[in-house]
Amino acid sequence: MQTGNAVESADFFTHAELLPWIVLLPLLGAAINGLFGKRMSKGAVTFFGVGSVVAAFVLSCIEVSRLAELESGALASTLWTWFSSFELHIDIAFSLDQLSAVLLLVVTGVGSLIHIFSIGYMRSDEGYWKYFSYLNLFMFSMLLLILGKNLLVLFVGWEGVGLCSYLLIGFWFKDMPKAEAGQKAFVTNRVGDLAFLIGAFILLFYSQGTLDFHELKQTAASMHTDQPVELTIVCLLFLVGACGKSAQIPLYVWLPDAMAGPTPVSALIHAATMVTAGVYLMVRTNFMFSASETAMTVVAIVGAATALMAATIALVQNDIKKVLAYSTVSQIGFMVAAVGVGGYVAAVFHLMTHAFFKACLFLGAGSVIHALHHEQDIRKMGALKKKLKVTRWSFLISCLAIAGIPLFSGFFSKDEILFTAFTTSHWGADPKMYVFGMLLLAAFCTAFYMFRLYFLTFEGEYRGDKHTWDHAHEETVMNIPLMVLGFLAAAGGLLGLPHFTHAHFLHGWLQPVLGFVKGKAPDGTPLEFIQVGGENAFTYVHDTNTELMLMGLSVLVAAIGILLAWRLYKRPASELPKAPVDAWWHRLLSNKYYVDEFYDATIVRPLRGTANLLHKVVDVGLIDGLLVKGPAKTLGKIGDGLRMFQNGDVQAYATVVVVGMAAALFFIV
Amino acid sequence: MEGSHLLTLVVTLPLVGAMLLAFVPKEQETAHRAIGATFAVLTFLLSIPLLTGFDATVAGFQPDYRVSAEWIAAMGASWELGIDGISLWIILLTTFLTPIILIGSHSSITKRVREFTIAMLVLETGMLGALVATDLLLFYLFWEMMLIPMYLLIGIWGGKERRRATIKFVIYTIVGSLLMLVGIIFLYIKTGETGAPSFSYAAILEITLTDTEQIWLFAAFALAFCIKVPLFPFHTWLPDAHTQAPTAGSVVLAGVLLKMGTYGLLRFALPLFPHAMGEFSPVILVLSVIGIVYGALVAYAQGDVKKLVAYSSVSHLGFVMLGIVALNGRAVEGAILQMVNHGISTGALFLLVGIVYERRHTRKISDFGGIGASMPVFTTLFIIVTMSSIGLPGTNGFAGEFMILSGSFFDALPLSPEAADGTLVSSSWAMLMLVMSIIATTGVVLGAIYMLSMVRRVFFGPIVHEANKSLKDMSLRETLVLAPLIAFIFIIGLFPAAFTVPMEASVAKLVLDTRPAVELARDAERYNLKPQVANETHALGEIRVAKGAK
Repeated sequence: MQTGNAVESADFFTHAELLPWIVLLPLLGAAINGLFGKRMSKGAVTFFGVGSVVAAFVLSCIEVSRLAELESGALASTLWTWFSSFELHIDIAFSLDQLSAVLLLVVTGVGSLIHIFSIGYMRSDEGYWKYFSYLNLFMFSMLLLILGKNLLVLFVGWEGVGLCSYLLIGFWFKDMPKAEAGQKAFVTNRVGDLAFLIGAFILLFYSQGTLDFHELKQTAASMHTDQPVELTIVCLLFLVGACGKSAQIPLYVWLPDAMAGPTPVSALIHAATMVTAGVYLMVRTNFMFSASETAMTVVAIVGAATALMAATIALVQNDIKKVLAYSTVSQIGFMVAAVGVGGYVAAVFHLMTHAFFKACLFLGAGSVIHALHHEQDIRKMGALKKKLKVTRWSFLISCLAIAGIPLFSGFFSKDEILFTAFTTSHWGADPKMYVFGMLLLAAFCTAFYMFRLYFLTFEGEYRGDKHTWDHAHEETVMNIPLMVLGFLAAAGGLLGLPHFTHAHFLHGWLQPVLGFVKGKAPDGTPLEFIQVGGENAFTYVHDTNTELMLMGLSVLVAAIGILLAWRLYKRPASELPKAPVDAWWHRLLSNKYYVDEFYDATIVRPLRGTANLLHKVVDVGLIDGLLVKGPAKTLGKIGDGLRMFQNGDVQAYATVVVVGMAAALFFIV
Repeated sequence: MEGSHLLTLVVTLPLVGAMLLAFVPKEQETAHRAIGATFAVLTFLLSIPLLTGFDATVAGFQPDYRVSAEWIAAMGASWELGIDGISLWIILLTTFLTPIILIGSHSSITKRVREFTIAMLVLETGMLGALVATDLLLFYLFWEMMLIPMYLLIGIWGGKERRRATIKFVIYTIVGSLLMLVGIIFLYIKTGETGAPSFSYAAILEITLTDTEQIWLFAAFALAFCIKVPLFPFHTWLPDAHTQAPTAGSVVLAGVLLKMGTYGLLRFALPLFPHAMGEFSPVILVLSVIGIVYGALVAYAQGDVKKLVAYSSVSHLGFVMLGIVALNGRAVEGAILQMVNHGISTGALFLLVGIVYERRHTRKISDFGGIGASMPVFTTLFIIVTMSSIGLPGTNGFAGEFMILSGSFFDALPLSPEAADGTLVSSSWAMLMLVMSIIATTGVVLGAIYMLSMVRRVFFGPIVHEANKSLKDMSLRETLVLAPLIAFIFIIGLFPAAFTVPMEASVAKLVLDTRPAVELARDAERYNLKPQVANETHALGEIRVAKGAK
């Protein structure tokens, strides 16, 4: 059976020798800057740091165009055998299929732009070389994650991005809270990784020692019939892993703190790329998730609940980056919910558009913070449209995109998620209306808090000190990425036009990965299915009237949110509404539902207490005090008594020895 | 060189060096260091052919390297040495670490250099001898030979409370090894029942023991080994020994001496007494997993960097023990690999702690803080080793933990296998193994917590102590000493297959020889279910049950 798989794999994959170089180039950049950066000029650091990523982007374009020309299958490249022990066999290998191609272009493309932006943002930092070394190391890990041909290579990237996130959040490590935020991110991620690993171990048992995605499809199919419970457990464990990386309930607490890192890092890692890895993992293993109705229901609820909860917290935040951080948590919730209702294409689509508009928003925030000498409180901003023109326009476009205003990118991807939630059934169950309802509410909050942010930052009156205002300015090297991302945030949605237009490019592009089967309902409505083991797992209804109706509804919701924000926050400083800080709901939201406090009381402090208790009571007290020293003291006393026998008389000793040995032999024989 | 003499040469060369040193006048410290390093490096170079000439297809001891000569013929004890896939990497680890330790002690050991070098070389012979001896009396001789230099290392070059630490170390170790001696003598007498009494490993393997005899003998052997490992709750000598020992002592202790316990289990306790191993398996399993969690939690409570690393050893060795009790091919290979990994990573951690101790003469975490700014290279290396210690994929720590844990899950599944008549059989061992494997995996999170908390408090934040502002970064010598260890962190992490393939034949033989008896004793439900062939292949990790039945 295994050899059969191998033969089939060989037919499926076309060798691609450039693939490893896409991954290796950023690693080389990281190594050069890490080892010699300190002694190199800034120009040289920039050349290797930015150049390696741009080169990776160019190579990615070449390989993706090769993939597009293939009639079937995918590209792959195997470097060496990593693990080999009896049945276990895992290679260091990369593959590029239609799904990884989307992420590859987004990550290297947006990554390049953010690297360019960083040239300006980090120019005066003494750790300039170190920054680019870490950032390149991150790109390397992220590319491993995307291009990994098996689950374990993906996991190397998965943990690698966690490490880089740790290093970059704590980049200014002399500040203790920043170092603490980095540690919190790493440890919370590790909780998710723990689940990921257990899932992989269980899967490895049923998969005959392989973790290759292509071969796991057969494992999932056989588990679906023979071990459905185990399959559900594996899916749920992967979900927990995804929750750690993608900051979903209950593991989202690290992401807001992660804003301690430099802002381009927030744009790259904590908005556009790393945090969407959980979504990627679930879409990558869609053949497992599709099979389990229980797991998918949990995925949908976790995603929808996170989308709504984070959106409500974002309503009351006053730090420009914190608003965007909670917005990111919420938007990834949309993607996870999309996976949960079977909208794999919608999830990938939203992942892509989100990468465009959220990277743009974060870089815009970076531009604002850079201009205002590290001011992050939006209550001390205002009227910045006069000073930061490019930032303002790109920020506005991105706000329109995330709010879901027609023709901007977010509109198409979010509507597709809502449409899928509204109409798709899984294993014959009714569509998950509650998911639709929660997401619609979250969409309303999104429109409101994003425009609250926009109006307070760029419109109205300036509320900070005059000196800062006078010096506020933009930089060209930072403006170019903003313009490109602003354009993508506006136009990126064209890759996934609504189904009734029959011009959904992404849907067709991902067909080889997801394997949609077309069909028709009795009344003639076009249907599509995703099948597991020959049965229809997901049933998609492409009903034009419903699609149009839902679009109207979501545009209405977004418009109300924007108008409400306009009325409340586009005012002179004196007339701005005072936040009802004493209201119970405001306290609840601004304290983020007290989740951090809850974890502190139930996990962090008990862990510390147990550790101290075990050390003092069990180790020093019980084992050492009672069991080790107790007998030692007793022995000491006995020894005092026995000393009288030790009189130095060798003949007496010999007698005792002989008698003793004889006695011993007597008993044995 | 004639293969059959190579092992003898490797084992005795350090001892020859030690004897030579005794004739060099006391004052010539440079000569002492040079001779010590030369002999250690020579031993390492001589051990390389053991690897290059290693025949990975041979199960059991390599015939080319077998040594057998008369020793105490009257007692049936002989100079019998052998190397197989189980001992290969630990032997190389020993010859690899000793020169690093000797060169690394250049500035930390300044008094009685000659005696120190002699002790280290004698210790190396003891360790190597114990790893290659295939005569039980000879093994015991080398086993005890390790004790004395270690005792001296702590007692002469140790810290303030070295007396207490040495006493604890000696009492613990002696209690264990005396019982083992009684067991060895019993086995010796037993061999006399069928032929000439002999201490030879092969002869002792031949004898049949009743179940009761196995249990008592296993208890005697295993206690000695479990104290060395150390398995919870026999571990309290370790933190004291580590903190009081000089850097060299800590490195050799963590690097090789602890592995003697796990090696002894694999070489002697398991193959000689498989039934008893099966009976004790639940206890050892639970204690290993307690060790993983307990060691990690107590490490978290430490205010002394060296003590923290010492407790982390308890946690890491718990993983090795878990791999041994899981007893399938993958888990055992993982356990052996993890022995080597722990030697490299923890050895490197102790060297790093020693480097900063030489500058500040303190190991208290609260005396540091912010030194990432004053010692950037040191910090970078420390973080790399930390990542290896907490098992980041791509480093050696992950390779070992992954194989052990996936192997232990392999042993636990399927939870309820199907009998031929279609009924589901529940196995209490499988249930226990599953629960323990899950708890063991949490070690992945706990490791990150205690290591990163320590890293943060030592390296990050503002500098609060004036003395930390002007700390000198790594010197060239210090960097060179650490470089090979750092290199192996990545080499093993990226190419673990190169290390496990030579083990495969020997591990397969070990598992196939012992697993049936072990499984019958610990998990009769599943043992009786499967045809023997299925049992064997499952033991290696080659097939799945229940699938064929469907």
